[in-house]
Amino acid sequence: MSSNAITIPDIEIQSRPWVDELHQWLTTVDHKRLGILYILSALLFLAIGGIEALIIRIQLMHSHSDFVSPEVFNRMFTMHGTTMIFFVAMPVLFGFANYLVPLMIGARDMAFPRLNAFSFWLSFLGALLLYFSFLGGSGLYGAGSAPDVGWWSYAPLGARAFSPGHSSDYWTLSLLVSGFGSIGTAINIIATILCSRCPGMKLNRMPLLVWLNLVMGGMVLIAITPLSAAQIMLLIDRYLGGHFFDTQAGGSAVLWMHFFWIFGHPEVYILIIPCFAFMSEIIPVFSRKPIFGYPVMVGATVCIAFVSMSVWAHHMFTIGMNSYANSFFTFTTMVVGIPTGIKIFNWIGTMWGGRIQFKTPMLFSIGFLFQFLIAGLTGIMLAASPFDWQLGLSYFVVAHFHYVIVGGILFALFAAFYYWYPKMTGRMLSERLGKWHFWLFLIGFHLCFDVMHIPGILGMPRRIYTYEPGRGWDTLNLIVTIGAFIQALAILVFLANLVISYFKGAPAGNDPWDAWTLEWSTSSPPPAYNFATVPTVASRRPLWDLKHPEDPDSRYE
Amino acid sequence: MSIARMKFSTVRFLAQAILLLFWSAMAVWASEPNGSSSYGTNIFAPASTPAKSIADLSVFVLVITGIIFVVVFALLVYSVVKVRGRATDAGREPAQVYGSTQIELAWTIIPILIVVVLFLATARVIHAVQDAPQPPGAVEVTAIGHQYWWEFRYPQLGVVTANELHIPVSDRANPTPTFLTLLSADTDHSFWIPELAGKTDLIPNHPNRMWMDPQRTGIFLGQCAQYCGVQHAKMLLRVSVDSPEDFAAWVRDQQQPAIQDGSAAAGRRVFESNACMNCHAVAGTPAYGRFGPDLTHLMSRATIAAGAAENAHKNLRLWVMDPSAIKPGSLMPAMKLSDADLDAVVSYMETLR
Amino acid sequence: MSAVTTSFSNTATEWQLPSRGKVAMAGLIIAESAIFTIFVVAYLFYAGKSLTGPTPLEVLETPIFYTICLLSSSLTIHLAAKCLARGIEFAFLGFWLLTIALGGLFLYGTAQEWHRLIYEHGLTISTNLFGTTYYSLVGLHAFHVTAGLMMLVAVAVFGLSGRVGIKQSGPIEVLSMYWHFVDAVWVVVFTVVYVLGR
Repeated sequence: MSSNAITIPDIEIQSRPWVDELHQWLTTVDHKRLGILYILSALLFLAIGGIEALIIRIQLMHSHSDFVSPEVFNRMFTMHGTTMIFFVAMPVLFGFANYLVPLMIGARDMAFPRLNAFSFWLSFLGALLLYFSFLGGSGLYGAGSAPDVGWWSYAPLGARAFSPGHSSDYWTLSLLVSGFGSIGTAINIIATILCSRCPGMKLNRMPLLVWLNLVMGGMVLIAITPLSAAQIMLLIDRYLGGHFFDTQAGGSAVLWMHFFWIFGHPEVYILIIPCFAFMSEIIPVFSRKPIFGYPVMVGATVCIAFVSMSVWAHHMFTIGMNSYANSFFTFTTMVVGIPTGIKIFNWIGTMWGGRIQFKTPMLFSIGFLFQFLIAGLTGIMLAASPFDWQLGLSYFVVAHFHYVIVGGILFALFAAFYYWYPKMTGRMLSERLGKWHFWLFLIGFHLCFDVMHIPGILGMPRRIYTYEPGRGWDTLNLIVTIGAFIQALAILVFLANLVISYFKGAPAGNDPWDAWTLEWSTSSPPPAYNFATVPTVASRRPLWDLKHPEDPDSRYE
Repeated sequence: MSIARMKFSTVRFLAQAILLLFWSAMAVWASEPNGSSSYGTNIFAPASTPAKSIADLSVFVLVITGIIFVVVFALLVYSVVKVRGRATDAGREPAQVYGSTQIELAWTIIPILIVVVLFLATARVIHAVQDAPQPPGAVEVTAIGHQYWWEFRYPQLGVVTANELHIPVSDRANPTPTFLTLLSADTDHSFWIPELAGKTDLIPNHPNRMWMDPQRTGIFLGQCAQYCGVQHAKMLLRVSVDSPEDFAAWVRDQQQPAIQDGSAAAGRRVFESNACMNCHAVAGTPAYGRFGPDLTHLMSRATIAAGAAENAHKNLRLWVMDPSAIKPGSLMPAMKLSDADLDAVVSYMETLR
Repeated sequence: MSAVTTSFSNTATEWQLPSRGKVAMAGLIIAESAIFTIFVVAYLFYAGKSLTGPTPLEVLETPIFYTICLLSSSLTIHLAAKCLARGIEFAFLGFWLLTIALGGLFLYGTAQEWHRLIYEHGLTISTNLFGTTYYSLVGLHAFHVTAGLMMLVAVAVFGLSGRVGIKQSGPIEVLSMYWHFVDAVWVVVFTVVYVLGR
């Protein structure tokens, strides 16, 4: 803590009845509380989506297993994918953005606090709508059932003829509703970053997390809406007799694929860019050096955002596009790997010559670097469209994207949890439990997802509820399942850490990591108004300048 | 040296190195052809030109990405392991380096060059496979995807069959590749025989073309790769690559109408008076339904229900009695026949050789 | 819990940031443009591909008058905003109400056209590809006009009761951005449906 700290005397707060506390949380417009609500909701659906994954893995442990029926299995993979992408990954990243962005730019809240609350509740409602399908789906046999069309709901499988009843409508409506919530949040993030920065914080002095969330917000505006448009078209087909994707009337199933993937590919960059943001904040602090190449990192991210809008049909290499289209998308997909690789090099450059502290956030960050490198390289393999003609739609792809999402996104998220939990709660997470969490999860992850590439190479397609013995897939699938359970165990350790440390963790103080961005200048947790006085900054690392007045960053920028 | 005593950085390095070795071992294991030789589905055991071009390109891509991995991994490990200073240096921060234009340029230009090389190599294979000309000796097959079975028609030969494809082996001197036109009667499917070719989708209102020229005879397996509904998992493929003589013999047999075997007359009556005819065709009889597989030469096939079960008496009987016992969600309804009728109709079906 | 925050030295500098209302509306416009783009792409992709039924050439009549109405409403709302920024509330109200009238006329024209198409030519959203793409694209636009009109009417109500003055010129500018967007979309839809698509 610096010597010119302002101490506000303790205020007697009578302990409130829990009903009042609950009411406060339900009606809050405070970005910090909404951020925590997003995160808690995401953790809930992480557990549910994880159980769905375990059901899938138990069924696939042996060939010709009958642990679940094919109908249930198909619902499981549909719900698992939809839940994890829309109700775990997006909310948790919006939650961290909500919590951190105003603090990092020296603002008192987001630009539109009520829109913020509205967006959160829309997205939560969407999740409830999706899960209500288990009760209300009126499937083929008259009983409720969840959607089973895959998380892409390809045409014509999603049409009334092939998906009667309402189960897939729950998929459509829940994503429409939460999509509008996402757009609200994105508008809020952009307006906050552009319009609420504290004096002195020019765009080239913002923390990278703020920059990357700005880029992510822009991408959300352009990428989520194509999915909304396609879903409106699907509803018109299903309920108003429209023919958008009705092949019998001359409609095109491929058009749905284009619309979906024009959303779907930028979506995965929307998910990874905030994780790049976490890495760009955490790695410097635990290497005790500033981020290597700040302008290049910003430029590379903007590059990624633009190029990623031009790669979508690499999800469609097998649908029979002509060789020129296939070549084009191969090229753009390989090109998008270049700025991504540059970022990896810059993180390594940050660590190089640093004094690395192997606390839990850094362990997860190093894991991220290793795994994201591999995931990117399997992505380059899949970018070569002939290679994708074999590996596409197989377990190789499933392994690749789980490598990105679990090995990349989830590891970065774990790092972010360990790093910012002290700020949010005022308590440190247990380092011992953190290390158990890390090593268990690392072992489980590699056992599961490294091995998962091999059945794909051996011809195992995805989305199959069972498989033939004698194709060489049995043992491999068993190992994958074991890895999945080890990861589940690690997640339990993590959840235990979150809960136990809330009550018993060491007090954190303002700045437990000796970091440099504005959120560490206020108390843990921050007061509702964030800062006693609005800060003025003169460099990218305002707290470094305060702690090292003899060698401030402002001299070099 | 116990693990507890070792520096974390070393432990981490060892863990990653072990992982690396493990994965390399797996890759080596995976690249070996499957034990039961001709029944494998290994993309690295190609038996046809498209599959081989893909496999060759894949090896090239793997080598390049492998080199990138080794280099970057080494840099990562070095930066982690080579920790400057000790705990007693707690007060001093290391040199604050903000960036370096030369280094940034270097690690931008090198990846660009790698991408150019990879792209050119890939584009060549794309054109070679997709734009390959069709030689005069090619066999034409139309494959139509249905929910949970494959219809195969040979338009120039007048053959209609289901689920099991017979094609002639091709030799480079006198190529007789098979060119397929891929259509769909309902949802999206994907035709994937890993050892013969990359997969291509069957999409309604969107005909596709693909080709394969198997270089050796044998049985090649595959299955539908695009999720098409409840029984996507049991929409299997079985390709029999025959010698030219065997193929010609097979074609001749398939061109014949159904064998008229008097001993199964009762069964035939059951077949024709129940709804069977509405969905199934038996050439030379009044049955010409197109919704389900053509049964004219049912007994020439090794499996039934698109590979879901072996073509044996007990399976045939079970299937006709209740298809959902073998393939729940299959679009064939249980016919609810009496035991006598059931036995009769199965005997009839067993005459359809 | 005590709140401890670091205080920073204040430097009085010129620190200007864009208005959050304008930035937010720009963001909304970008998102909406993406939705419309997808519907336009579907329209163009399916142009000429209907297997049956009435074709655009047979049934569409170019709505010149109503287009002029809508596009002039952009001018009137711009003038209204200008007047309000200068504090001339009477003129602002006049132009504002004129905008609402012109927008309402446009919607009336759309309703009239649809009535003719449905009852005289039998073209509905389920008739063929042209019907599906036409009604959804024009309908999506009309929906946005309706939403805009509702907001314009709300402002008119406040204005008529004397509650809209020069201090509200910021939000009025933001609303007029939305209205201009709706008009710009109509230019695109008009070109695609009535000029190119035939």
